[in-house]
Amino acid sequence: MSELTLFLIRIAYLAILWIFVLSAISVIRSDMFGARVPEAARAAGGGGGKPAKQKKPPKRRGSPTQVVVTSGTNDGATASLDHAPILIGRGPDAAIRLEDDYVSTRHARIAASGDQWFVEDLGSTNGTYIGTVRITQPTTITLGTQVRIGKTILELRK
Amino acid sequence: MSQSSALMGFVHRRRRGAELFLLILALAVGIGAYAAVGIGVEGHVPVDILGYGGWLAALLVGAHVAVRLVAPYADPVLLPVVAALNGLGLAVIHRLDLAEDTTFARQQLTWMTLGVVLFVGALVVLRDHRVLTRFTYTFGLLAIVLLLLPMVPGVGKTINGAKIWIGVGPFSFQPGEVAKVLLVVAFAGYLVLHRDALALAGRRVLFIDLPRGRDLGPILAMWLVSLGILVFQRDLGSSLLFFGLFLVMLYVATERPGWLVVGSGLFLSGAFVAWRLFSHVQDRVDIWLHPFDYYNAPRPPYSDQIVETMFGMGWGGLIGRGFGEGDPTRITYAEADFIMGAIGEELGLTGVIAVLVLYGLIVERALRAALISRDGFGKLVAVGLAGVVTLQVFVVVGGVTRLIPLTGLTTPFLSYGGSSLVANWVIIALLLRISDQARRPVPDLSGPSEAPDEQSTQVIKL
Repeated sequence: MSELTLFLIRIAYLAILWIFVLSAISVIRSDMFGARVPEAARAAGGGGGKPAKQKKPPKRRGSPTQVVVTSGTNDGATASLDHAPILIGRGPDAAIRLEDDYVSTRHARIAASGDQWFVEDLGSTNGTYIGTVRITQPTTITLGTQVRIGKTILELRK
Repeated sequence: MSQSSALMGFVHRRRRGAELFLLILALAVGIGAYAAVGIGVEGHVPVDILGYGGWLAALLVGAHVAVRLVAPYADPVLLPVVAALNGLGLAVIHRLDLAEDTTFARQQLTWMTLGVVLFVGALVVLRDHRVLTRFTYTFGLLAIVLLLLPMVPGVGKTINGAKIWIGVGPFSFQPGEVAKVLLVVAFAGYLVLHRDALALAGRRVLFIDLPRGRDLGPILAMWLVSLGILVFQRDLGSSLLFFGLFLVMLYVATERPGWLVVGSGLFLSGAFVAWRLFSHVQDRVDIWLHPFDYYNAPRPPYSDQIVETMFGMGWGGLIGRGFGEGDPTRITYAEADFIMGAIGEELGLTGVIAVLVLYGLIVERALRAALISRDGFGKLVAVGLAGVVTLQVFVVVGGVTRLIPLTGLTTPFLSYGGSSLVANWVIIALLLRISDQARRPVPDLSGPSEAPDEQSTQVIKL
């Protein structure tokens, strides 16, 4: 094998190695910027603009507008659903701050999907309950569904 | 948490086609290296290139089909990157085999086959990583049993001064490699439940929130376990890996730098005491600081490994000598811990950087999966697995390049070593499972749900 052939093989192999590295990086790049927006979100977002930002569902008669604490230490506290998603917890960044010892700093979240509202537990210590069932995944709630967080009960109101 | 809500607006694409494309390139990296080794060492393309290439391709296509079927939304980059590293490692080990007349590459290919089988098995059996939370304490206990096994007389084997092996018939196995995966799951399950207590309680000293005394229990226990590994098994690398892993996961779970301060303090004091007390630790540090004093030394400790590696890397330079043109057999155990030395000699800095970037990509994809994962347990497991790869690469490459004292750990996917290879394939399977769950579109919650108020009252006749 001549010296030149070996040199060319060496350069060719390093080139293959780096072509692989760079294509892997370009796949990551297109994965970041080429994300597909589903039809529903695109229609709601007005066809582009800011696809990642969710447009609020159109107002309908009878759709909930606020979250109200119906029982517990912060009885009567409310938060408007206009600022969804709404964070509930003991921390300072929560939209509804509960002074309840059984509530975690960032306990649960209420967010919209389409024209449905759902509550999602954020890995709290004592859990989020609908009725007597501890929720493990985002769960749909409707007007008047009682969501129990610690010793506090919240529900959606018009 | 705002991350996931910002991402709710779009769906990740499956990208299985991109994965297949990258896998073909990865095969070119692996088989190309094998062919280049044949040409460089023997002067002709190896005769079994079709059989070897076919076997490698069959394994990877099998893994790809399995991902396509059971984890369609999984990350498209992880599997090809791992395949390329594994293929390159096999070729380098084969090159050393040709020079030294050993058969490590053949055994490594067998282990890779087992690794891919376990990878597919893990993906098929484990459809949802959250199931693993049930086994938090079982896995923790199992990991400790596995770590203790090498010290049981009759089962344990001492190889090269480290008591980290068990002998099963003709095979030797490092149970610590399996234990690290189990420990990640156990830590994640524990921290998901207890992170509020660990994150909130405590007092503030000099801008740093120090944790509460009684919450120090688990970190002290982990510190003792890693010190025990250091003292009784004489394994610096695993000790550093386990403690560092726990610290990383604790920090990520609680978002409190105080833990890093406490943990680093514990680690540094432990390392200092070990350095003062144990001769094998002193030897490592002396070799690290003054390698040439121990080169060709008349009696142990020897520094020939590290010095030959430095010679090799220096001779390799920017683009390397080319496969077959270097002399990596001068490095003892070049196929195991020192494989980066062999790569540095024959592929040069260009090749070493490519390999390091590939490790970086694995870690980046793992952290990405952690960011977009929707459950705390998945986040912590992904971060922990990323931590395992990071720490392992840092410790071994840092040791080989004389950045830190040398500790024995395998280079993930590259080094010869069956237990490590198999465990790392399972790590990749877990990462793919978590990223599949994270990238899968949110299940449609707007299905028909009957509102309880709207149901008409019915008369029930008894």
